[in-house]
Amino acid sequence: MKELLIIIVGSALVNNVVLSQFLGLCPFLGVSRKIKTAAGMGAAVIFVITISSAITSLLYNYVLVKLDLEYLQTIVFIIVIAALVQFVEMVLKKNSPALYNSLGVYLPLITTNCAVLGVALLNVTKGYSLISGVANGFGTACGFTVAIVILAGIRERIEHNDIPESFKGTPIVLVTAGLMAIAFIGFSGII
Amino acid sequence: MNRCVERLHNGLIKENPTFVLMLGMCPTLAVTSSAFNGLGMGLTTTLVLVMSNTLISLLRNVIPDRVRMPAFIVIVASFVTIVQLLLQGYIPSLYDTLGIYIPLIVVNCIILGRAEAYASKNPVIPSAFDGIGMGLGFTMGLTLIGIFRELIGSGMVFGLKIMPDVYEPFAIFVMAPGAFFVLAMLTAVQNKLKLKGASNVPAAADNGFGCGGNCASCLDGVCAANHEIIKKAAEERKEAAKAAAAAKADAAKAAALKDPDKKGDR
Repeated sequence: MKELLIIIVGSALVNNVVLSQFLGLCPFLGVSRKIKTAAGMGAAVIFVITISSAITSLLYNYVLVKLDLEYLQTIVFIIVIAALVQFVEMVLKKNSPALYNSLGVYLPLITTNCAVLGVALLNVTKGYSLISGVANGFGTACGFTVAIVILAGIRERIEHNDIPESFKGTPIVLVTAGLMAIAFIGFSGII
Repeated sequence: MNRCVERLHNGLIKENPTFVLMLGMCPTLAVTSSAFNGLGMGLTTTLVLVMSNTLISLLRNVIPDRVRMPAFIVIVASFVTIVQLLLQGYIPSLYDTLGIYIPLIVVNCIILGRAEAYASKNPVIPSAFDGIGMGLGFTMGLTLIGIFRELIGSGMVFGLKIMPDVYEPFAIFVMAPGAFFVLAMLTAVQNKLKLKGASNVPAAADNGFGCGGNCASCLDGVCAANHEIIKKAAEERKEAAKAAAAAKADAAKAAALKDPDKKGDR
């Protein structure tokens, strides 16, 4: 239990997926204009990454390793993830319209989110078992959500501030992200 | 031949993937902590891009339109696996430093973007040159950012000491936050000089969607699929609203018809 907790805290805060590993930057910069949409995106990412890390670890540990096909991991993972996102979208649409309405619009955007593939590959490089893999996926996705919601909060504030003309738009967001990354370096001592 | 030169110019300067289109930002920020890493990542991506562009262009009349995206992804993933195994075998030091960013080339928007926007519609040789041009443009971007970060962050370029001993390096620039700051400066300079760049495209209507706010310049690549999905969702919603309105109107009509009937009955 303690190990799992360490994995979750480590992947959420210490090695934050966006701020120290630069995975999932596109949605981080693109969908962070309002706290509400950022939180929606974060929830969808937690949902998809947790499921996909479970399925990819299962496939890797019990199919690819058994058949000595580890070198096929990249191809297998990307196909499984793309199919999974479509599948999750269909299941949600059919069975849980309320959840679909709140997450649905973000699901197609997640297929191209490199954090999903990144987590699956990290689970393999770090040699995680199924349960630690799921914990790692969940922690990583929580880290993404924390980062994107904080960024959205700051962006809502700076919207009305007096920013130098040439820093308006993307540059100021990147500066904000850089300052957040400095703040997150502070977590590196806790594990 | 002219067309090939034009493709090279297009990739290196006119539509430079790093400075103008701002595609593939994840590797751009993640592996540019030194000039050598940037160069290695750029050349690896170039290799994959040239091979995938060539094969996709060869198969452009064979792949059915409806399954083109999955087909492209499988082709790209296969080439990435080949390149990954080659690197592991021949340049293990680079393989270790780039780590998971090598397999992540699969989801680099530049590759799928070029496949969708150029290679799937054009003959083989221009497509290959398009891959070379775009790849070298990407390599140039990564190497320049790498040189800049390494110079400020450790006073060296390609591992050679350049700055005098008095210079105190800003170590933050070779760490993660430095990557954000360098990119922020780059886009700010583009804004200042009013250069044509992805960051200068006026933001689209604030509908909560976007890929770094630069979908407009995504070259109909991966983002186009998103656009289609979003459009479809909007249409569905509109139709649903229309249906609801129609149902309401029907109900009102029925009620209106019923009322006189009732009166008549009475």
